[in-house]
Amino acid sequence: MAEPMRIRAAVKEGVTEFRMLVAHPMESGFRKDASGMAIPAHHITELTAKHQDKVVLSARMSGGISSNPYLSFKFKGGAKGDTVSVTWVDNKGETRTDQASIG
Amino acid sequence: MDLQRRDTLKAGGSLAVFGMLMAAGLIGPGTTLAAQGREAFEAKTIADALARLGAGRRPAASADVWLNVPDLADNGAVVTAQVISHIPGTEQIAILIEKNPYMLAAVFDFSEGTLPEIDTRLRIAESCDVYAVVKANGAFYYARKGVRVTLGGCA
Repeated sequence: MAEPMRIRAAVKEGVTEFRMLVAHPMESGFRKDASGMAIPAHHITELTAKHQDKVVLSARMSGGISSNPYLSFKFKGGAKGDTVSVTWVDNKGETRTDQASIG
Repeated sequence: MDLQRRDTLKAGGSLAVFGMLMAAGLIGPGTTLAAQGREAFEAKTIADALARLGAGRRPAASADVWLNVPDLADNGAVVTAQVISHIPGTEQIAILIEKNPYMLAAVFDFSEGTLPEIDTRLRIAESCDVYAVVKANGAFYYARKGVRVTLGGCA
């Protein structure tokens, strides 16, 4: 079972900064282990960030994003106490959703 | 001064155009995702990736696309990257890494009200060029920057 994400959101002058650190190995499928065996691909394919029920950012990604992906962006609006959430799906069909409050 | 002017243009332009497209039914929540799927991620050349992203013709180099990546990265597995688009109507930013086995690292679709800028970390296999490709009002623009990698991201 995947570890929880760390989500931070803070509103300042009408703009909310949304940061996340997602626990995921993001194996590209091109790395080899100590015995020279290829490590199978295991990475997030889609990620959606929401403010309340509204999607503010959707991303598709490959193993070209580092392990334990970090993303940061900003959206207009948001108020202290509003819920923000992140959902990801990976190439093995695993999924996880976590949420936080805007501080 | 110039920066402020750009921000004003960006804010006004992007909202108006996005609204028009929404009204025309050309774009809506989730349609970009559904329409493109993952075929662009299979591309193994820059030209193919651009074609699969819908940038049929060669995109235009633009100084209004800011790509901030380090000149020199000690560890290719974790390379900080920031892309900021100052092009009005920016709806999508893609990041491509020239010499990765699959060069498309990520595609970000920005909703109305989300600022067209993103910070993330890339895995870069070896020293090469990184491209930030911006889609705005159906047209494509790009910025390119070379990154020298000491220890490759696939090691």
